[in-house]
Amino acid sequence: MDLFNLPRRDWITFGLFALVVVTMPIWLTPLGASYPGLLQKFAIFAIFAIGFNILFGLTGYLSFGHAAFLGVGSYTAVWSFKLLTMDALPAIMFAVIVSGLFALVIGYLSLRRTGIYFSILTLAFAQMCYNLAYSVLTPITNGETSLQLTLQDPRVIDSALAARPEGLPSASIFGHVFDGFEGFYFCAALLLIAFFIALKIFSSPFGMMLRAIKSNQTRMNYTGFDTKPYALTAFVISGMYAGLAGALLAVTDPLAGAERMQWTASGEVVLMTILGGVGTLIGPVIGAWLIKYFENIFSAFNEQVLTRFFSFLPPEITEPVVTISSKFVGEGWHLTLGLIFVLVVVFLPGGIMEGVRRIGALFRRTTPPSAPAARPAAPTIQPAE
Amino acid sequence: MLNVIIGRLAPSRGAVVFDGKVLTGKKPHQINQMGVVRVFQTPEIFPELSVLQNVMAPAFAKRDGAFRINIWRSLESERGIEEEANHILQDVGLYERRSHHAGALSRGDKRRMELAMCLIQHPRLLLLDEPTAGMSRHDTNTTIELLKKIKARGMTKVIIEHDMHVVFSLADKISVLAGGRIIAEGLPRRVRRSEKVQEAYLGGAHRLEEATH
Repeated sequence: MDLFNLPRRDWITFGLFALVVVTMPIWLTPLGASYPGLLQKFAIFAIFAIGFNILFGLTGYLSFGHAAFLGVGSYTAVWSFKLLTMDALPAIMFAVIVSGLFALVIGYLSLRRTGIYFSILTLAFAQMCYNLAYSVLTPITNGETSLQLTLQDPRVIDSALAARPEGLPSASIFGHVFDGFEGFYFCAALLLIAFFIALKIFSSPFGMMLRAIKSNQTRMNYTGFDTKPYALTAFVISGMYAGLAGALLAVTDPLAGAERMQWTASGEVVLMTILGGVGTLIGPVIGAWLIKYFENIFSAFNEQVLTRFFSFLPPEITEPVVTISSKFVGEGWHLTLGLIFVLVVVFLPGGIMEGVRRIGALFRRTTPPSAPAARPAAPTIQPAE
Repeated sequence: MLNVIIGRLAPSRGAVVFDGKVLTGKKPHQINQMGVVRVFQTPEIFPELSVLQNVMAPAFAKRDGAFRINIWRSLESERGIEEEANHILQDVGLYERRSHHAGALSRGDKRRMELAMCLIQHPRLLLLDEPTAGMSRHDTNTTIELLKKIKARGMTKVIIEHDMHVVFSLADKISVLAGGRIIAEGLPRRVRRSEKVQEAYLGGAHRLEEATH
């Protein structure tokens, strides 16, 4: 069947990835990150980053407004909860469709320009959505109080099927309310589907066309391709991924605020992708996990934790070490992240995945004397006269 | 001149007509889809893709048209297109390097690969802009042999060239341009004897324009 037509290499990648994701609650326990709330975020932001990478990694178009689609997805999902039902599936479906339509409009307008102008246009549209959510659109977005569930919500389908329960309901799937790690496994299942679709795109002729657009758009045109619809399709697909991520944020916590669309959120996904490795399949996922880990775990460290951590040192050294390192944890986690980001970009321009590749090449060099394929510097090709 | 045919520049007046259809005002990809394909003076390739992928991409444009979302099958399972690309890579002598990054090829190899990229589309009109510029004598001769082989397959080519060795080994019909005007036109024998051509050719680095059929 064509749907499952993938090279063997990609199936191995998928199998390993699935194994890593499913066992996350186990291997994250020693790192102190194995609680459902954070694991859900890991899965959700991995979806966001994978989708962003389909646009940025393959076509080279750097969108600086991708959080807008995340926000649109969240609002749509919460409205689906309020008006129709607390079931997660319709909410996700609507969110993906609506954010896809949003991406179609914004992409159609932004893709008239390339390079920095494209980035600025997407940034402008996202900031427009953000500000509209706080001003004109408050009836839809509920402004600064965020869109939340209320007891007065109609919830047409749920009310028709069963008596209204006491209090505020939570998101469910076929009447089953998520409990403990179930919410994470639901997000993880969607992450695996999203990863599989990304694999299909990466290994398909369509994916090659997108890479060719990044490589040399002029050549694409003279080769007989209309590059605009290709780039627009990539933009819409990646907008739909963001919508899915936004919907899942609403499923795990039924509330949608405009701050999700702010430019810092758009910048965060750019950081995730660059940190992990632009254009690689796994890289953006690693980037997303790393940033979310820092944001949630590293920021919670305080001096007591550090003193315990450095307790193996002689007491006279412990104090200065703790004082210095305390600047890098807690509130200072941005500082650590910034340092890591600078180091990665300077020494590993291909992101963490390039580091992994280099280590792999080192191992291969020690065994057989096969020449590792070094990444050749890509010369920029000037158009002919 | 080629930029006008290919749709990169608009003509100041007049129109480009190919096979009864007006090309002027059409977009580059539309002109390509009509069977007019160009090799650039500076190779225009996809440096980040492999040599094989560079040659496969144009085959997709020929088979699937200007736009198609083709995600169901993997690249590896497109056997037909891959075989055709391998065949053409053998013709241009790049088969052994098909898995290399195209950006790492030498300039001469890039040119040959670009030629392969054009040939896989079986163009009805092939436009070549100084196909041997910057090549060694040996590479030039290899390219001439290659172009002769293509000629035997019955494909119309327009070649811009000022290397007389290349021009006279390939051309059926030559037009000489100097200062934007045609100063001589016709069979190679007659053009070679034309006084104006001798003067322009010896007097400065004017270009010769040539067409072969």
